[in-house]
Amino acid sequence: MAIATLCFYVFAAILVACGAMVITARNPVHSVLFLILAFFNAAGLFVLIGAEFLAMILVVVYVGAVAVLFLFVVMMLDINFRDMRKGAKRYAGVGAAIGIVLLAEILLVVGTWQLDPGLSGAGAAPTPAIADMHNTRALGNLIYTEYVYLFQGAGMVLLVAMMGAIVLTLRQREGVKRQRIADQVARSSKDEVRKVNVSSGSGI
Amino acid sequence: MAVGLEHYLTVAAILFALGLFGIFLNRRNVIIILMSIELMLLAVNINLVAFSVFLQDLVGQIFAMLVLTVAAAEAAIGLAILVVFYRNRASISVEDINQMKG
Repeated sequence: MAIATLCFYVFAAILVACGAMVITARNPVHSVLFLILAFFNAAGLFVLIGAEFLAMILVVVYVGAVAVLFLFVVMMLDINFRDMRKGAKRYAGVGAAIGIVLLAEILLVVGTWQLDPGLSGAGAAPTPAIADMHNTRALGNLIYTEYVYLFQGAGMVLLVAMMGAIVLTLRQREGVKRQRIADQVARSSKDEVRKVNVSSGSGI
Repeated sequence: MAVGLEHYLTVAAILFALGLFGIFLNRRNVIIILMSIELMLLAVNINLVAFSVFLQDLVGQIFAMLVLTVAAAEAAIGLAILVVFYRNRASISVEDINQMKG
């Protein structure tokens, strides 16, 4: 139990530190890398609390896809990030004030509010005992039965997002010469080859 | 001291506040703003999962998965818009995004 507590504090401390580094790093590539580390630590927290499936999804989807997408875009755009931070100080005070007020309010709520012990297990889908069913299987049992429409809706969201991203970024460039294999294959010698009778002594 | 719900909620609250602060601190750089939004969504996910586990209710984890899906879609679309904008204006500063102002 003590080791679990220690792990929680380690993961939580690194997570918060990485979150701070994401927003303060001068180089956006560093920001993305710290974001990846933050996601890893959040996945560690999820494993600690017993939500293994979401932890693995977090690693696969966020670290494997979203963070790499960010990395691609950051490296693809040729931007002088030095100038980007000009004028940051002007709004840092207001931002810090709003952030601290928000944090204090949330902590006030968290500190004074108590979980009703009678509520445990009284929800819409009580967690089965870990001996009967592990987390992934329990989630799958729910997703593919009761929440199948939501699941399909999530798939539609991803499909539309994929099509939107392709439509937005696809461009046909003018004046680029490409090999068109279909046109090459469709050519026949009748259209292209011409027989010229050249009389001797004169050019064409 | 055993780790309870409050500990997770506190971590999530700190992360959410950091994400909010990041939007103010990097208010010119759209990429960092998108990353701040990802941090805030991660904080929301931590909240959902913590409540799901401590209330013994799996629906919270399903909802967290849907939030994850929407966050991934949002990142993809946001970055696509960013790339298109960079092609047109050669800049990603928020202050240059004013063509639709009228």
